Amino acid sequence: MTVIKPTRTDAKAVARGLIASPFDARLRPFSLYQDWMPWAGYVSPRRYDTVETEYFAIRNQATLFDVSPMHKYRITGPDATQVMNRLVTRDVAKMRDMRVGYSLWCDEDGHVIDDGTVFRFSPTDYRLCCQEPQYSWLHDIAWGFDVTIEDESHGIAGVSLQGPTSFAVLERAGFAGVEAMKPFDMMHADGDTLISRTGFTGDLGYEIWCPAEKAETLFDRLWPAGSDFGLRPIGFDALNMTRIEAGFIAPGVDFQSSHHALRPTRGRTPFELGFGRLVAFDKGHFNGRRALLEAQKRGPRYVLVGLDIEGHKPADGAFIYHRKKKEAGHVTSALWSPTCKRNLAVAELKVPFGTDILSDLWAEIYHHKEGKWERVMARATVAERPFFKHARRGATPPGRY
Amino acid sequence: MANRYDAIVVGAGHNGLTAASYLARSGLKVLVVERNDYIGGAAVSRELHPGWTYSNCSYVCSLLRPEVQRELDLPRHGLQVIPYESGATFMRNGDYFAYYSDHDALRREIARHSKKDVDAYDRYSRFVTRQCRFIKPLLMRTPPDPVRLKPRDIQEMLYLARRFHDLGPREMADTLRFWTMSVGEFLDDFFESDVIKAHIAGSGIIGTGLGVYSPGTAYVLLHHYMGEVDGSIGAWGFTRGGMGGVSAALASAFREAGGEIRTGSAIEKFLVNGGRVTGVVLENGDEITAPTVVSNMDVRRTFLKHVDSDDLSDDFKKAVRRFKIRGSSGKINVALDGAPDFIAAPKNAAFLKGDLHASDSLEELDRAYDDWKAGRWSQEPYFDMLIPTYIDPTMAPPGKHMMTLFVQYAPYELAGGESWDGPNREAFADTVIDKIERHAPGFRDLIVHKEVRTPWDIEREVGLTEGNIFQGELTFDQLLFNRPVPGYADYRSPIKGLYVCGSSSHPGGGVMAAPGANAAREILGDLGRQSGSNSVGRAA
Repeated sequence: MTVIKPTRTDAKAVARGLIASPFDARLRPFSLYQDWMPWAGYVSPRRYDTVETEYFAIRNQATLFDVSPMHKYRITGPDATQVMNRLVTRDVAKMRDMRVGYSLWCDEDGHVIDDGTVFRFSPTDYRLCCQEPQYSWLHDIAWGFDVTIEDESHGIAGVSLQGPTSFAVLERAGFAGVEAMKPFDMMHADGDTLISRTGFTGDLGYEIWCPAEKAETLFDRLWPAGSDFGLRPIGFDALNMTRIEAGFIAPGVDFQSSHHALRPTRGRTPFELGFGRLVAFDKGHFNGRRALLEAQKRGPRYVLVGLDIEGHKPADGAFIYHRKKKEAGHVTSALWSPTCKRNLAVAELKVPFGTDILSDLWAEIYHHKEGKWERVMARATVAERPFFKHARRGATPPGRY
Repeated sequence: MANRYDAIVVGAGHNGLTAASYLARSGLKVLVVERNDYIGGAAVSRELHPGWTYSNCSYVCSLLRPEVQRELDLPRHGLQVIPYESGATFMRNGDYFAYYSDHDALRREIARHSKKDVDAYDRYSRFVTRQCRFIKPLLMRTPPDPVRLKPRDIQEMLYLARRFHDLGPREMADTLRFWTMSVGEFLDDFFESDVIKAHIAGSGIIGTGLGVYSPGTAYVLLHHYMGEVDGSIGAWGFTRGGMGGVSAALASAFREAGGEIRTGSAIEKFLVNGGRVTGVVLENGDEITAPTVVSNMDVRRTFLKHVDSDDLSDDFKKAVRRFKIRGSSGKINVALDGAPDFIAAPKNAAFLKGDLHASDSLEELDRAYDDWKAGRWSQEPYFDMLIPTYIDPTMAPPGKHMMTLFVQYAPYELAGGESWDGPNREAFADTVIDKIERHAPGFRDLIVHKEVRTPWDIEREVGLTEGNIFQGELTFDQLLFNRPVPGYADYRSPIKGLYVCGSSSHPGGGVMAAPGANAAREILGDLGRQSGSNSVGRAA
């Protein structure tokens, strides 16, 4: 008979509560409002200063947003392209090296699990950057293929530098070669720093990635370079406003990840989210392909549409009605856009609303007026997304403001 | 060249371009003629020194009606207004009072000067905001004529009476008092701190030939509060790229709607035939015809300089002549080699990004007015000083700055009939710069270039009579159905087909675009056309 006799090990308790990002020591002193929120287990800023100040800094100056909590996975090996192509719906074989591509990936039912960015270093080396953990899912996909999957989430720090003067900041910081980068290009700098011309603001902007232990060094290089260009750190609230203006959708907000949804009816196909162009049926097998072929034939059950709503009361969570009577859908994201000067929303409508029926739509908005809720039915007009478009986003070489 | 249009707008100021845009959007063939080689009137951005762009006249934005911005889709045409959230008054004792839009910070700051004034500010703020709520719906409506009493006038009078009555007995009394009293007395009702009163009172005299204790100035204060940036009442912002951004966006919207602009085309006069306008003659002799002509010029310039005297009655001319449009201010724009170092300001003080002043008591402001009455520019001038380059990266090279200075008081006519041109212009600038130098030693050495604009310069370059920034003072005797003259508050004139759309008309100046939009609505109504717009098409 074997006697079980545990011996003392060095196992430590995991951190409880939220942990600090690699930029924390540098960024925390900027917080005037001590307004924090959780993000993937990290303490993340909702705002440092007023949301208004930070929002306008994105559209007028340059801003830093700590994206270190994003999940990052490195997929390397001879079969890396095959594995990535089995994962996502777009064709990564068509991507050039040192390019970034926005992508979605689906479960077997063709329902979107998450969206994110694919960084292609070479045909045998990719990084996947996303909101939700995908480590085991990646391993499921990669079964039988010759690849290595590494979770870089904690090892790689990232900061998003966005706004009209963001290029001027990088230039002043001495990052040579940035001027030649086109949107979705990426380049190495100083060996272990990676700069990509990407972001969630729909504006001129870059994301800069480095080993977590070098985060403070990176910050110390960027911060003084930004002093003449209005550089300031920002929190989630301001970023989210520009995210909606830029027409990007967010998991858990505009759609529910099929890996989390308890109600099977919550699953949405890329077509239903408006990303049919990112489904490449001609690339061979990928996860969800069969279901998506069916879905394409059947047509979407829902559509996400952009809405321009009369008045200025943001339509968060509003039901959308047809002829003020029949329920047609609901708003998933909304804001008064200080840049577009329009009351904007993204709404999920049940087909045929949003496809065949586009007129006579109304948003039922409740707003609080000094102790009393008031209800308005506001006319909603289907509007083209992105709501905010600016030539400086794509200009190469980029402008300095 | 076809010189026949459906409508001609004279003057490419922001109101002219607004009216023109609405007319063009309704399908009319519209021409805007502008005297200068550039558009914008008093909403211009010009690079007068390489690398630095000035907002040469108007310099901040708040009143621009959100309805107009949205309907003409001005953001898509490049308009971007960035709010600033603070300001300060530097005091002669080396201290300062800072205004913060952050309520908690403001309370702490007020308490530094007077503990009593902390919650007084909340009551003051509630009162002013209530007044803004009262007046705001009137901005985009044509005032009624209480004498004519057509159905529309009666309806509109009832609307006014109802809104007024809704205020309740106490507020009705206070409102009438507020509309007619002086800003000084109004502030004395709430506050005890001199510097807090002085900081706020500036808004009551800007652009007005009146002092802080002159009746009527409380309303002028309200005029500066009733704007907004994204629903934040009373907030002000910088137009990215300077105030020319407003005009550029309007011009782009106008051209998209098929409109045509001719710059360098000053008009000689309006053509009138049998009491009806038929077009305009340019100074170069060109005749352009249109059944509808809209003047963006002030009412004095329009009717006393560009209409044949025979075409107007003496009554009307007299009313126009007595319309108060007095020069009271100047403007200085400065290109700076670096940031000025204000001795009162803590390092990197947030309030430096807002409006800065250096008049710390009502008494000082009142003395500044005494100089104006005597035909001198103020020896201790009031100024509204801003450094937009703290926020806007487009106006100066990185690390350099641009300063805009609105300066009051500066009379149109100097004592002894002296000329503003030459030494007096320089001396005027020196008075202002000396005052800044006291608060920011070394300021003078930072100046790379400056543009000094006296009332004469503003009149000559922009066309505003006496250089009055509002195209006529905003006192109660010249508001609503009295603006610009009784009987003609509906943007029409004694000459059929000739309309006014400038700030001389209701609801007045301040880069609001409301007169332009309102005038367009009246014109389109006369032509039996729909404007395709909510605010402009709405039956008033």
